[in-house]
Amino acid sequence: MPTVFIPAQLRSLTNGASQVELQAETVRQIIEQLEQRFPGIAQRLCDGDQLAPTLQIAVDSSMGSRSMRTVVKDAREVHFLPVVGGG
Amino acid sequence: MSTSTNGKYRVLGTRPRRHDGTDKVTGKAVYSNDVQLPGLLAGFVLRSPHAHARIISIDTSEAEATAGVHAVVTGKDFPNVANKIADLGEGSINLSNLSDNVMAKTKVLYKGHPVAAVAAVDVHVAEEAAGKIKVEYEKLDSVTWVLDAMKDDAPLLHEDVFTDHMGEKDETPSNTPTHLHFEKGNIEEGFAQADVVIEREFRTATVHQGYIEPHSSTADWNENGRLHVWTSTQGAFTARQQTAEILQIPISKVVVTPCEIGGGFGGKIAVYGEPVAAILSKLSGRPVKIQMTRAEVFESTGPTPGSFMRVKMGATSDGTLVAGEAWLAYDAGAYPGGMIGPGCMCVFSCYDIEHAVVDGYDVCLNKPHTKAYRAPGATQVAFAAEQVVDEIAEQLGICKLKIRQLNAASEGTRRVDGPVYPPVGFVECLAAAEASDHWNTPLEGENVGRGIAAGFWFGCGLKSAVSLMVNHDGTVNLTEGSPDIGGTRTSIAMQLAEVLGIEAADVVPRVADTDSVGYTDVTGGSRVTFATGLAAYEAGIDLQTQMKKRAAGLWECAEDDISIDQGTFSAGEKKAGFKELAQELFKEGEPLVARASVAPDCATNSFGLHLVDLKVDPETGKATILRYTAIQDAGKAIHPSYVEGQMQGGAVQGIGWALNEEYFYGDDDTMDNASFLDYRIPTMLDVPMIDTIIVEVANPDHPYGVRGVGETPIVPPPGAIANAMAVAAGTRIYELPMSPPKVWKAMTDNS
Repeated sequence: MPTVFIPAQLRSLTNGASQVELQAETVRQIIEQLEQRFPGIAQRLCDGDQLAPTLQIAVDSSMGSRSMRTVVKDAREVHFLPVVGGG
Repeated sequence: MSTSTNGKYRVLGTRPRRHDGTDKVTGKAVYSNDVQLPGLLAGFVLRSPHAHARIISIDTSEAEATAGVHAVVTGKDFPNVANKIADLGEGSINLSNLSDNVMAKTKVLYKGHPVAAVAAVDVHVAEEAAGKIKVEYEKLDSVTWVLDAMKDDAPLLHEDVFTDHMGEKDETPSNTPTHLHFEKGNIEEGFAQADVVIEREFRTATVHQGYIEPHSSTADWNENGRLHVWTSTQGAFTARQQTAEILQIPISKVVVTPCEIGGGFGGKIAVYGEPVAAILSKLSGRPVKIQMTRAEVFESTGPTPGSFMRVKMGATSDGTLVAGEAWLAYDAGAYPGGMIGPGCMCVFSCYDIEHAVVDGYDVCLNKPHTKAYRAPGATQVAFAAEQVVDEIAEQLGICKLKIRQLNAASEGTRRVDGPVYPPVGFVECLAAAEASDHWNTPLEGENVGRGIAAGFWFGCGLKSAVSLMVNHDGTVNLTEGSPDIGGTRTSIAMQLAEVLGIEAADVVPRVADTDSVGYTDVTGGSRVTFATGLAAYEAGIDLQTQMKKRAAGLWECAEDDISIDQGTFSAGEKKAGFKELAQELFKEGEPLVARASVAPDCATNSFGLHLVDLKVDPETGKATILRYTAIQDAGKAIHPSYVEGQMQGGAVQGIGWALNEEYFYGDDDTMDNASFLDYRIPTMLDVPMIDTIIVEVANPDHPYGVRGVGETPIVPPPGAIANAMAVAAGTRIYELPMSPPKVWKAMTDNS
């Protein structure tokens, strides 16, 4: 059951909650469950049925995935972060 | 020098001769400007003389009528590209903006913005014809400093840009496309705990990547509709995607050949001349080459952001950092999408700070669209944060190395953006610094100072593919898609050689075009030795698995009876090395081939620490670097010479950024110093030998422990030099570059 960290800019939608625990196997399920609990949050995280192009997912210490099918069932933490390009 | 926690390897950690070395030192390597094709035309791009203007009309008739001219293009010849965001692997990009940057349609947003292009029999005819193109402009007010561009009454670059606060947009347009905000802990509580608080403001100038090879692109649009592009790029596949999207043709209609590349550092990921040459080729029916001059490189290709930063940090009396607050504004140049994200994520990334808040703003203004430059966004914030850490140490009377050791990020430290670090090697880098000859050698004399600063960069994985073909003699041809900028042919070949139990020289690496190898993301993000090396490792395992199965038939034993140890296959009395077995299997049956593709979702997390001694001349303000040591965790240094080369190269570029480099803008907001005579990058005469200490704390996400190393070394230098300057000059300088006039003035004011 991963702890999902709510980005600071979205905490107005979660009554200030900075993290929630969810029973989810994929990022898509996380976003669906977040939307059920905090209406409006999905459109801040997504572009259509994909993750917003400016965002990436961090699962525990691993960063870089942008897939809604990213598996999180064994993760401790999930974060939504800005995309980082390198030089 | 290195300090290692890794095991011993047969090939890894040695220094074989690089596979492409001979061709490069003898001039035989083919760079993009070496490409010659039958009927090749020369392209010339007409660029805006204004920083900001509306295009009223363009009359190309006289240019088209010029003898020797074969084609002329303007923005009208480019297809309309939807306001769509394309995922380029290493970040996303708005295609409409990308197309506009390649060729302006209605407005020019910086001096050097392309407005038309000509293809002719030679570049002189093309330039002469371009001079006959009549462009009527309506000049607009312009702005080139982030804080000015953020003002309500600033000239507006884009009427359709509204500040985005993570998915929520403001209602009025602005020059600030993005506002980011990060929080960790409780910042008020953190500062309440602090016994000392330091808050400072910092400014950094726009600087260019300064790659020695200017951009050059050749396009040949065949009658069958297939477009072939030869170009100098960090990523052939991303160049293919961008070109296809701008031209609105299928990716399968484009093949990109990445030529040898004379530096990129993040500046050769976006396309510039490629689509322009393509349309000129389509119109003329001939191949067309567009070669930039140095002035065009400076004025029209991505520099890295100038910035304004306010950083505040608090510590308890024992030196524990308890609070950090940062307000960052980075210039994005002409279009949205700069380096503010990683800037925010890196400002406190070296330290374990319980309470932190970071606000970051991406700001459009009338400069070329900014691009990555080695650890994009991290160098600016390190210049700021590392000075604040030093000042806290000064106020508390704590050793500047000790305060960093006391607060160093380590496994389990949570960054302000959220994630915790896996095993990382910053503590080990600090220990290496403490034990170094440099740190333990007293610095004596007048107007001298020693400074240290830390740096961090994520390093990424992304997608890589390789294929292997085994030759009759047991050597292996390795085909990869990563353009080789820093010796990666060899660092990848070495990883394959390690798996197979052969020598690096037994592997023949080749960087292939986009038709000839699986999709591979850019050579950037410090990812190639890590990710493409991982693909080579996996392909080697694939090859061994196949060989084991066939060896069972050859040796008439069960597959499970065969073991592989350091590349040697054995089953009872039977034993054969890789090359020997490969030769036998070739005689017996089908050729051996293998392949692998990978997409590791992970950061490789490389930390570094730099030490610098400098002397400043109080009469002129000129600083001379006396001694410099770069320390960095490489995870595992596959080829130590190339790791050292990356560390030395990054340090030297950082020295240039710290002491000399900046875009000068005149009253009309156009660049005044677009040449290497006036934009001063360091030469070998300006720097001492850069000493290196490679630390090896294995990355758990790679079979050999590799971390990316290419970007971290540019992060610490400006901060380290600023800290040394504070001692040498007796006063702190909070603005880059710390050029002689600024240093002289600061010293004079201080005295």
